[in-house]
Amino acid sequence: MALFNLLKEKGVSQVSYVPDAGHTTLIDLFNKDEEVISNVLTTEEEGIAISVGAWLGGSRSVVLMQSSGVGNCINMLSLPVLAKTPLLMLVTMRGEWNEFNPWQVPMGQATQTVLEAIGVTVVRAHGGEDLVETVEQASVMAYDSDQQIAVLISQRLLGKKKW
Amino acid sequence: MDRRAAVKKLMDARDGALVITGLGSPSYDVHAAGDCDNNYYLWGAMGSAALTGLGLAQAQPAKRIMVITGDGEQLMAFGSLATIAVAQPKNLDIIVLDNQHFGETGMQDSHTGMGIDISKNAAACGFAQTGVLTDLQQVDELCNTLRRPSNGPRLFVLKIEALNLPRSLPPRDPTFIKNRFRAHLGLEPC
Repeated sequence: MALFNLLKEKGVSQVSYVPDAGHTTLIDLFNKDEEVISNVLTTEEEGIAISVGAWLGGSRSVVLMQSSGVGNCINMLSLPVLAKTPLLMLVTMRGEWNEFNPWQVPMGQATQTVLEAIGVTVVRAHGGEDLVETVEQASVMAYDSDQQIAVLISQRLLGKKKW
Repeated sequence: MDRRAAVKKLMDARDGALVITGLGSPSYDVHAAGDCDNNYYLWGAMGSAALTGLGLAQAQPAKRIMVITGDGEQLMAFGSLATIAVAQPKNLDIIVLDNQHFGETGMQDSHTGMGIDISKNAAACGFAQTGVLTDLQQVDELCNTLRRPSNGPRLFVLKIEALNLPRSLPPRDPTFIKNRFRAHLGLEPC
């Protein structure tokens, strides 16, 4: 809720996502908000292109995904990196803390490396207390300094997936 | 049909529409029709054109957005047809210049020459209007159609000759064209 309020205060009017359990509350709040346009994606890189179009038209946007989706985005990220359009990605991590599913591990372990390799700045939020502050400063870096920022939200914060 | 003639007709009838072009020949075709501040030319990020158009359409609901792209570029964003159909922008028109080949890389056959109809897929997803055009007279009719408001996204496939025409090269600096495009809309560079 604090994160939703922060993004609203920052003027975010478009959100795109491939759902992750860790983003459930945020997605629900955005979907219910009539001032914000929500786009559900078939694959995460769609959100990168949508965010570039949003900025061309003067809107601030945010892209939500799980770490496994970061790998889908790499070539598409050349667009905001080269065009210097603000990009704020909120990435919930898998495969790095208390992970029971080996299929999540390769991309989870590679997430920061591949984002930095294509030119996206990575910041991490480890606990609930620093999440809002981290996203707040990342939003300033993105929207005011034309940077491409991914906030990686620790699996430690999200907790082990329950079955 | 001749791609340059078709795109020239669409650009002459754009009425201030904001235009996004897909990488390769569609960018050259739109540039050849006349460079404008309200064109955003893509030179890479294959599969981004229609979705950049969606983001722009949502940010500028009072403007009409035209995406001019190729069959190969749109095939890479096949899922975008679902995303755009669900989003239902009323101001987004996608024009696919379909030569049924990957023209930039040696004219290899693409899926559209082997039975895949992008317009039928768009219609199945829920686009408000779709069609396949095969001659320039139909493009004239399309220009009239595009002037009329729509209640959802539209997609039209223009069957064009598979020829590599002399290139008409738009600026390659995406930051420059971003700033130029935003200035056209009265927006600050940063």
